[in-house]
Amino acid sequence: MAAWWFVAPALLVIGVFFVLPVLAALAISFTDFDLYALADLANLRFAGVRNYVRLLETPLFWQAVGNTVYFVVVGVPLSIGASLGAALLLSSPLARLQSFFRTALFTPVVTTLVAVAVIWRYLLSTRYGMINFVLGHFGFGPIDWLGDPHWAMPAIILFAVWKSFGYNMVILLAGLQSIPRDLYEAARVDGASALQRFLHVTVPTLAPILAIVSILTVAGYFQLFAEPYVMTQGGPLQSTVSVLYFMYEEGFKWWNLGSASAVAFLLFLFIFAITALQVRVARRSVVAQ
Amino acid sequence: MLATALIAAGCGARHDDPSVVRFWAMGREGEVVTQLLTEFEQAHPGVRIEVQQLPWSAAHEKLLTAFAGDVTPDVCQLGNTWVPEFAALNALEPLDARVAASTVIAPDDYFGGIWDTNRVGPTLYGVPWYVDTRILFYRSDLLAQAGYTAPPRSWPEWLAMLEAIRRQDVAGRYGIVLPVNEFEPLVALALQQEDPLLREGGRLGNFESAGFARALSFYAGMFRKGYAPPAGSSEASNLWNEFGRGRFVFFISGPWNIGELKRRLPQHLQSSWMTAPLPGPDGPGASIAGGASLVLFRHARGKPAAWQLIEFLSQPDVQRRFHALTGDLPPRRSAWAGGALADDEHARAFREQLERVKPTPRVPEYERIANEIRLVTERVVDGQFTIEQAQRELDARTDRILEKRRALLARETTP
Repeated sequence: MAAWWFVAPALLVIGVFFVLPVLAALAISFTDFDLYALADLANLRFAGVRNYVRLLETPLFWQAVGNTVYFVVVGVPLSIGASLGAALLLSSPLARLQSFFRTALFTPVVTTLVAVAVIWRYLLSTRYGMINFVLGHFGFGPIDWLGDPHWAMPAIILFAVWKSFGYNMVILLAGLQSIPRDLYEAARVDGASALQRFLHVTVPTLAPILAIVSILTVAGYFQLFAEPYVMTQGGPLQSTVSVLYFMYEEGFKWWNLGSASAVAFLLFLFIFAITALQVRVARRSVVAQ
Repeated sequence: MLATALIAAGCGARHDDPSVVRFWAMGREGEVVTQLLTEFEQAHPGVRIEVQQLPWSAAHEKLLTAFAGDVTPDVCQLGNTWVPEFAALNALEPLDARVAASTVIAPDDYFGGIWDTNRVGPTLYGVPWYVDTRILFYRSDLLAQAGYTAPPRSWPEWLAMLEAIRRQDVAGRYGIVLPVNEFEPLVALALQQEDPLLREGGRLGNFESAGFARALSFYAGMFRKGYAPPAGSSEASNLWNEFGRGRFVFFISGPWNIGELKRRLPQHLQSSWMTAPLPGPDGPGASIAGGASLVLFRHARGKPAAWQLIEFLSQPDVQRRFHALTGDLPPRRSAWAGGALADDEHARAFREQLERVKPTPRVPEYERIANEIRLVTERVVDGQFTIEQAQRELDARTDRILEKRRALLARETTP
């Protein structure tokens, strides 16, 4: 009983600011709440699952799902790869100025997204950008990064990975530093090469951390919003409209809160299913060891 | 002044005080309007104005949130395409009786197309504050090089000039730039047609009309024939630099670019650019009646004082001073007569165009429909849709957006 009193304040806050809004949103997703309903609640109509059915029939919604999946499938391995690579370099005994590089590589995570997006827009500029300038030296023609529907998403991925890899790098670095040195020494005595030491010592001991990092990154990357919002506004040809961006436009630009809430719940179901899958895979691999 | 405004904003608790007028204004207008208000407060000792500035990007959201929370201001600057939306919310005070009784606001003095944007059905909900329309900006020196001394008046003349510029084959130069993230140029061309954009009282899309087909083909043709650079490659942020470098001869834009070009182009280019009214299919054509209006909210506390403020800001000489501060163009003919505006050769084309402006469809869903026009047009330019496919697609999307409006209108007539 006393325990309930201790957790009551926290539960109350969670209830008022989390559970209640979520339930309200769920209820709204079964109505056609829009501008007219805001004017007069008599204009609110119960829609049943029509919002959901309509969404599943909307090509732009599927395009947004496709764009988001593309972003996750390419972005997450790239991001974790970059984080792991950077963490390995930093934890190497040969690394100098370790704390300097650790801070430098972490910096993008704490900078304001809008400010760095402006800088990246300059870097990616077709005619005057630094990236095309460098690529030009290697014989690649100018790429219209943010204007060409084939290149806009890769540009967004590049930007998002650069912005976020430092966070996972710090987590993985902590994991690497907690691996006992004697495991490596024993492997070396047995004649294992550097690659074998990485595959048979580093990866297995790091596996639980990698699992956590990948779950967090996948869930985070599914919620892609700010990057396209600032860099491309979903364009060109809606090639960078993500599910969350689609939801934002439905809800706050066009004020179709019913349909926007339905998007939110569909996205929730997606993320929930994929996280469940990841947890299962991670458990199985840990058990297999 | 700013300090008093801040203090006044700090004492926002006195909402019921009818002598305080809460005035929301956006962007640059919100910054400078306080300079005009000192005079108003001196003339009306009992009235105090609290100005709140909103950034344009957040204004729409903030106004809707204010409406939902019942804390709307008394007077507000409202983009005139938003008027139907807030009228549908029943948030605005009808102004017909007040205008009829006013000695300051003379509807006949206003440009007709602009005045009409404030009407929803028979009811007037706003008084135009400043106007915005789209016309042609061009490099007169480059046009002369291509063999023309005067700007185009009609589509055939315009096409002939664009063709001449293309034939010159100057590296990196295009006839015109049409950023695909703007819907206004195409909407302006579509408004020049006889066919309206919506039919049956704004219940259904009318994009499969011959008129819209003509406008869309003309627009898409600019890309197909190579007069305009392909979609996406136009980086709008560098518009002025690129215009100065001569990378294109024409662009379609609004009044603010007069000030921008005067400020940004180097001195030796200042006599090399000019403005012209928008060419129409066969002679000078119409353009969009845009701009912002002053509205009175239904829940305003001190309506007489608030209306006095609207009247004050509508006086021709106040509007001339407002133009000097912001560059915004006044909506009254008498404000254009005399003063700096009458002598500004770059503003002259706007003066002519304003006699031929048409409102966009006055339904709350217009912004969303305009956005669909932009998205579908982008696909036409990219070659994914033919003109006919785009027309069908636009009608389908528009009809769906207007579904609730149709249902509500049907319910009104058969209760």
